[in-house]
Amino acid sequence: MTFENTILTLVMFVPLLGAILVALYGRSEDGNSDGIKKLAIGVTVVTFVLSLPLAILFDAKSAGYQFIARAGWIDAAGLKVDYHVGIDGLSLWLVLLTTLIMPIALLASYSAITKRIREYLVLMLILETGMIGVFCALDMFLFYVFWEVMLIPMYLIIGVWGGERRIYASIKFVLYTMIGSLLMLVAIIALYLMHGKATGFYTFDIPLITQSIAAGMLMIPLDTQLWLFGAFAIAFLIKVPLFPFHTWLPDAHVEAPTAGSVILASVLLKMGTYGLMRFNVPMFYEASISLAPIICVFAVFGIVYGALVAMVQPDIKKLVAYSSVSHLGFCVLGIFSLTSMGMQGALYQMLAHGLSTGALFLIIGMIYERRHTRQISEFGGLATPMPQFSTLFMITTFASIGLPLLCGFVGEILVLIGTFTSTTLEGAKWFAAVAATAMVWGAVYMLWMFQRVVMGDVTNPENAKLPDLNLREKVVLVPLVVLMIVMGVYPVFFTKRSQPALDAAIQKSSPVPPQKAQAPARMP
Amino acid sequence: MNTTTLLGGIIFAPLIGALVLGLFGKRMNERTVGLIASATVGVSFVLAIIAFTTLLGVAPEGAEGIRRLHNPLFPWIEVGSFKAPFDLVLDPLSALYVVFVTGVGFLIHIFATGYMHGEGGYYRFFCYMNLFMFNMLVLILGSNMLVMFVGWEGVGLCSYLLIGFYFQQQGPAFPNQSAKKAFIVNRIGDVAFAIAIMLVFMKAGSIEFAAVNEWARSLTAAEPMTVAAFGLGGASTIALLMFIGATGKSAQIPLFVWLPDAMAGPTPVSALIHAATMVTAGVYMVARTSEVFVKAPSAMFVVATIGALTALGAATIGLAQWDIKKVLAYSTVSQLGYMFLACGVGAFGAGVFHVVTHAFFKALLFLGSGSVILGMHHEQDMRKMGGLRKFMPITHATMAVGWLAICGFPLLSGFFSKDEILYQTFTTNAFANPVFGKIFWGIGALTAILTAVYMTRLMVLTFWTKERWHDDHGHDHGHADHADDGHGHHGLAKGETPHESPWSMTLPLIVLAIAAAVGGYVGVPNGLGHLVGIENSNMVEHFLEPSVAHVGSHGAVAGHGVEAAAPVAHDATLELGLTAFSILLALGGIGVGFWIFRKNPLLKLPKILEDKWRVDELYEATIIHPIRKLSESILWKAVDVRSIDGLVNAVADGIRGLGGTMRYLQSGLTRSYVAVILLGAACLVGYFLVQGYVK
Repeated sequence: MTFENTILTLVMFVPLLGAILVALYGRSEDGNSDGIKKLAIGVTVVTFVLSLPLAILFDAKSAGYQFIARAGWIDAAGLKVDYHVGIDGLSLWLVLLTTLIMPIALLASYSAITKRIREYLVLMLILETGMIGVFCALDMFLFYVFWEVMLIPMYLIIGVWGGERRIYASIKFVLYTMIGSLLMLVAIIALYLMHGKATGFYTFDIPLITQSIAAGMLMIPLDTQLWLFGAFAIAFLIKVPLFPFHTWLPDAHVEAPTAGSVILASVLLKMGTYGLMRFNVPMFYEASISLAPIICVFAVFGIVYGALVAMVQPDIKKLVAYSSVSHLGFCVLGIFSLTSMGMQGALYQMLAHGLSTGALFLIIGMIYERRHTRQISEFGGLATPMPQFSTLFMITTFASIGLPLLCGFVGEILVLIGTFTSTTLEGAKWFAAVAATAMVWGAVYMLWMFQRVVMGDVTNPENAKLPDLNLREKVVLVPLVVLMIVMGVYPVFFTKRSQPALDAAIQKSSPVPPQKAQAPARMP
Repeated sequence: MNTTTLLGGIIFAPLIGALVLGLFGKRMNERTVGLIASATVGVSFVLAIIAFTTLLGVAPEGAEGIRRLHNPLFPWIEVGSFKAPFDLVLDPLSALYVVFVTGVGFLIHIFATGYMHGEGGYYRFFCYMNLFMFNMLVLILGSNMLVMFVGWEGVGLCSYLLIGFYFQQQGPAFPNQSAKKAFIVNRIGDVAFAIAIMLVFMKAGSIEFAAVNEWARSLTAAEPMTVAAFGLGGASTIALLMFIGATGKSAQIPLFVWLPDAMAGPTPVSALIHAATMVTAGVYMVARTSEVFVKAPSAMFVVATIGALTALGAATIGLAQWDIKKVLAYSTVSQLGYMFLACGVGAFGAGVFHVVTHAFFKALLFLGSGSVILGMHHEQDMRKMGGLRKFMPITHATMAVGWLAICGFPLLSGFFSKDEILYQTFTTNAFANPVFGKIFWGIGALTAILTAVYMTRLMVLTFWTKERWHDDHGHDHGHADHADDGHGHHGLAKGETPHESPWSMTLPLIVLAIAAAVGGYVGVPNGLGHLVGIENSNMVEHFLEPSVAHVGSHGAVAGHGVEAAAPVAHDATLELGLTAFSILLALGGIGVGFWIFRKNPLLKLPKILEDKWRVDELYEATIIHPIRKLSESILWKAVDVRSIDGLVNAVADGIRGLGGTMRYLQSGLTRSYVAVILLGAACLVGYFLVQGYVK
């Protein structure tokens, strides 16, 4: 047991241990809940600190998995499942995004959640383990377990602590996601059997299967590839969500409590794009090429559609929810450009969207706590009573719009350039050109909203005396805003660590170099 | 390669100012804020001059013989083959720009310390101004298209912030509305710019300006001058896309509509951003990539046409406006049209020369109007002015210089640059058919007359006719029409008289007046130079020569330097004849202006001109309204809610039983659910602990 192969397991399971502690220590009926709140926040902060060495010690030159931990788990009746975790350049930043967002989300809901606090905190911490697990799992079965683990807490968070239509929203969320994950389960099992048949070695191991496919040991005919691709893709595209699978998102966002919306936007949506990059592209490369045009049509349509529908929303939360449809469309487009720039841009856009949209939901939560409404028409002139709030809101708005030197720009321009120069995507230039119009749409809906909420005179007397940000709210927002600037000014720090892994995912001709933890000798 | 750290100093000085003011400005007094803001720009100006002189001393680089100073800063975006380092480069073109931008910027900062005195958010204003300077200088010095794009978007942001500086005001043409409009209209152009960057990357393999121009030079022949050329995806397409980008930032047809509204910002902002510097960024971009443009005669034709039409159209609107800043705003649009006309006919040097002289006289005129507005207690309606000469002698005298300069009065700066553009247009060989040049020249000449007329009208209405500031005309100008300097409606109270402005405002006026008077002597057209016996009198164009492209005969562009070595025979007689004609146009226009407006200053001109050809209304009806309707009624309510969600809900209703179970789950069994999850998870963990880590 070394630091290198323990750290990831620690990061994954410290939140779960925290959940057990909170469950044991906390009294269920309310009284003073400060203790367990602080405990839960402490646990997420510890998790975040533990995750920092991952970025520092990460070997930027390697395309393979690092911090690998591996143990046999199930080995019975011909079924072999491993506890196999590790991260590469693709998952590294997503893990860090998750560990960063969690303490912020909990701190943001410090005073907003008043009922069943213990259960709330327990679910949040389980959710964190589930999310980190999804990004770290290197065994498809394990991946599936975590995928489901993370679904249930989110369902309950929306369904119990949500707004008026929370039941409708949470059931819609679960139904949509379940349909996708069932299809994915079928595909996982099919892949398991196919790999076993082709190589004589039955495994759920993601790197191993990817490698077998790359090395030509597992040849999947194109029509089979299309089916498998489709099964995975539907699960992931619902999660993204890609038009027309997106209608669960506005409802889920509007009904979810602030912390739920933040996590949903920052991390949960990224599971979809992560899955596409982890499974669909490297495993079914030919199918990716042949289905890319149709997916990109939906992606580009969704970019414009999401933006236009966002523009006319009277509810700020819905506006931001639809803007996610637009932003995530960019990620999907970048992925299926199947270029180095496009993949990198997609990943960067995922991270940037995590920061800026997460921050936007926090901001909406802050004004909701003050006014108990989210209707844009109720606000106006907030800059006068709340100058600090307005400044941070403005930087976030421009990060979301994609202003250069803020985080949103880098991903956007890389996706556009990657798409434009794609050689596998027919009509690539037109996809890029239409997607580029998002620069206008984004400015339209965000600035129009910002103008109606923040600028102008205070027209509603209820807004005149609103207090500016308190210390807790500043602690929540400022780190995100600082990171938006850092990611915009010095993206090389992030991109150079993820580049090798992303390049490997699309390099069909030269197979992925064997991983350290791999045991190719066991294959015939 | 000559490297230097000077360029970093030029851009970072104002950035440091912006950061200091943004973080600590609230606790500083006005004096300190003004000092920091002006001093940082002053430092930039001094460094710019040093860099300029250093540049003159370095050896020319490469085959084209361009002197360059490089200042690499840090790697910015680097993914795969796409590289956009944050590097700065100074060559003759950027050197000229940097010097005049920092110089004029410095003067306007000093002016603003006086103008903004006593305003709420004083520190915020100067923070944004310094941030603007930083972005403008990044735009100029960026060594590649993406870094230019950083500055390009950054100046747009600062423009947004500064137009909306008086953010509390509300209404259809009020600051926050205008700010948003400016940003969005600019972004339409930016989409084209972004696509141009991608196309350039694909074609040239790099987005460094040096490499882009090198690629364009390596193209053996210009593309044909046809509409189809735009579909080739080569030089013509790139040039057209970049020009569309330029029409946004530089307020040309069809994207000019934001600039007049932008006058809602404080007047120093109008002078700095919306007259002297930012709006000329489009011209800079075209000149920066001029090698691409000369390979694309059809794009050049578009540039010249748009430039000429904008020049003329904006001048006609300027004739009929009552708001002093609006007249100057349309005048700026019109003059920018001249600059693009120059670029379109291949006279990039002349276009840039006009940028510089225009910066002097237009900054002067705007600041002068600011001084008038302040003297009139925030009155901008010229109908309520008149007779100010007596009360504001310095403002009057300096503005008179600006007026004569923009009219093209002989031997003032505007005369030289405008004359050069008209001459180059007349004799251009950028297009296969020389008639085009003559037509463009005709439009330019007509615009020159109109310019003299509306500027004379402005002077007459403001300074010379009888005092009207206590008159009540009962005219019905709504607020919507009124680019108010953010102060509601003040004006002079009964018994008050206008007053001259303090030295912090008049001093910059005087300096700019001197520059507007003599600034043209760096670029005396060759014909006139010959007349007084100076060879190569056109120092500006001579200096710029290596860094901008040249058009050969009939659109067929010869390699760089070849054409320059054997210039087309210079027809001195023709040039002098045209110059004489230009003088007639200027004097004629001024005369007409006096003749019409001295007797009848409040003469009403056709309503359509006062209504700005109703372009805003046209856009509202044909673009904005339909998009909003489409989004709301069709996309959201019909597609999203009724179709997709309708289907989803129907499916959900079908399995209502499942939904019922789930509803039951959440209401009572939450805790047991949690317990089950915990138990499962604990088993998992326990299992791994037992199993240990097996490598």
